[in-house]
Amino acid sequence: MLELDDIQHILLMRVPALTGRYEFLSFRSTAGGRVWLSAISEKVQSAADVRAPDEKQKRWVTVAFTWNGLRALGVDEASLATFPEEFRQGMVARAEMLGDTGPNHPDNWVGGLASPSLHAIVILFAADEAAREQSVMEHKKFIAQCKDIEVLSSLDLQAVPPFIYAHDHFGYRDRLSQPVIEGTDEVPTPGSGPPLKPGEFILGYPDEFGPPANLPQPEILSRNGSFMAYRRLQEHVGKFRDFLRQHGQTPEEQELIAAKLMGRWRSGAPLVLSPDKDDPQLAADPQRNNNFNYKEMDPQGYAVPLGSHARRMNPRDTAVNMNRRRMIRRGATYGPYLPEDAAEDGAERGIAAFVICASLIRQFEFAQNVWANDRNFHELGNERDPVIGNQDGTLEFKIPKRPIRKKITGLPAFTTVRGGAYFFLPGIKALRYLATLDGAR
Amino acid sequence: MSSTTSGGNKHDWTKPAAMAIPKGGELKEKVEQGRYGPIFPKTPACYGFSIIAKIIPGRESVFYEYAKNIEKAVAAQPDILAVLKLHYLRWNLFDIKGETYFQYMGIFDTDFDKYTEDAVAIFAASGLNTVFENLEGFPKDWKTNAPAFIKFVRDHHRPSFLEYGEYPYVSADEIKKALKLKAAFSNMLDQMQ
Repeated sequence: MLELDDIQHILLMRVPALTGRYEFLSFRSTAGGRVWLSAISEKVQSAADVRAPDEKQKRWVTVAFTWNGLRALGVDEASLATFPEEFRQGMVARAEMLGDTGPNHPDNWVGGLASPSLHAIVILFAADEAAREQSVMEHKKFIAQCKDIEVLSSLDLQAVPPFIYAHDHFGYRDRLSQPVIEGTDEVPTPGSGPPLKPGEFILGYPDEFGPPANLPQPEILSRNGSFMAYRRLQEHVGKFRDFLRQHGQTPEEQELIAAKLMGRWRSGAPLVLSPDKDDPQLAADPQRNNNFNYKEMDPQGYAVPLGSHARRMNPRDTAVNMNRRRMIRRGATYGPYLPEDAAEDGAERGIAAFVICASLIRQFEFAQNVWANDRNFHELGNERDPVIGNQDGTLEFKIPKRPIRKKITGLPAFTTVRGGAYFFLPGIKALRYLATLDGAR
Repeated sequence: MSSTTSGGNKHDWTKPAAMAIPKGGELKEKVEQGRYGPIFPKTPACYGFSIIAKIIPGRESVFYEYAKNIEKAVAAQPDILAVLKLHYLRWNLFDIKGETYFQYMGIFDTDFDKYTEDAVAIFAASGLNTVFENLEGFPKDWKTNAPAFIKFVRDHHRPSFLEYGEYPYVSADEIKKALKLKAAFSNMLDQMQ
């Protein structure tokens, strides 16, 4: 039985937000951090709070901490040591393994995200601009009243038009394939596999292997919590569109190239089910748009290239142990929309997303290190994920095709990592526990 | 065609190659980092692991029984070890001053770091368990604690200092593909008689 009233809502549900803001905070003193936390935790909604339908609800608050943030709040060394090593080290220390080198290196990150003084994130999701402004104003006023809270940076979120469905700046439809957790009332769509044990995503519950093990201590701190990997990924829209034009003579050919890079048409229609032309009706039909596999339906990759983004991030029946590698994705787009006919304007735009999982090393880091950045994934030899992999212009992208494949060499980087961090997402009771720890330093 | 691509480097499989590896097992160039620590280099003989550890006294017979279990498991389900990306395994037992040691040597197409969790999961779930349970110092909670399993293996790895490949850097999948192609050609020629 999931303790819905103790789990932060972001873990289990996607709220109808079209905008919002992330604020990155540093606690200059333990006491200041706790004053801030005890007040903000009153605003954080649990999954139970959000589950009850309420049209008036237009603002949502989520709070999470880095390992340095937990220390800054006064968590003792014995407890800090029980957190997994990768979380203790933080995303910056793991950069090389994650593929964050060259332009993606933490030295180039913005907003103070690479700084050890990054302690917390507040996620303010909002249904509309007015609701966002209200949240931002309230939080600003509140921080002004607290002592010793520094806002390192913030990032305004903005959905990309048209708002018919969620998509990124490149135009790819998002949110089509998400794991379903056992114990929620969500029913997996065809092809999505059975619901997964909650312990894959929420600490304190059985996972796909068995009972919970090796949880951070004390239990009140870890129970109903999770880990979040934050990634701020700039999307180079002009470069992406130039690439499509370079490799496709007609709009149809350009759409096909875009689809091959992703593994789905930009509408979201799966290439496995509609290999030759887009099918927006298929894309919009949840009973069909995830109902496919690779091993039987497309073993050679004639529909979905073996190295495409979707096939790497969810190899489905072509990977073993898939149920232990799944991740929950949340987040939003940021930056101004670049109209289809406009030239690149140099403005930063992209995706600012969270990967939520019980084990960063087994789930997020594996996906990043092996699926996205192993040049030899699926014996591809000299490829990385064409969308989120570390591309330095020396790699290829192969598109299987009869009689012979198409090989694109010198694939450019369509994205750049502009920041990232590992956060611990505590349960609601744990937030209160953290706000009232004894022994302030 | 005489070249194969491996990790972005072109290698000529027709030219046998040897590689001397410095003490410690890592090359002078920058060592690549994996999730669980530095990755040992790919050589003309692909990736490999050599674990040498003392067995718990009196357990020798268990190793021989375990070998039979693996034989049966692979016969029943030929792809059971596929996730390991193996070429070959060689296991030995030997004595030093009256104590028995186990030597595990494996040649892989992928570095140890990448798929070890999958291997742990398969051994734990299939009931095969692991022969490592009979080694001194092996973590008892290995089934639920992949990092502890991986630490034990890394701590007991004895890196090689010379590796040789008669057909260097070629993966098991490439070999299997070539043999399939050969079989397909033979079949085609038979059909044309």
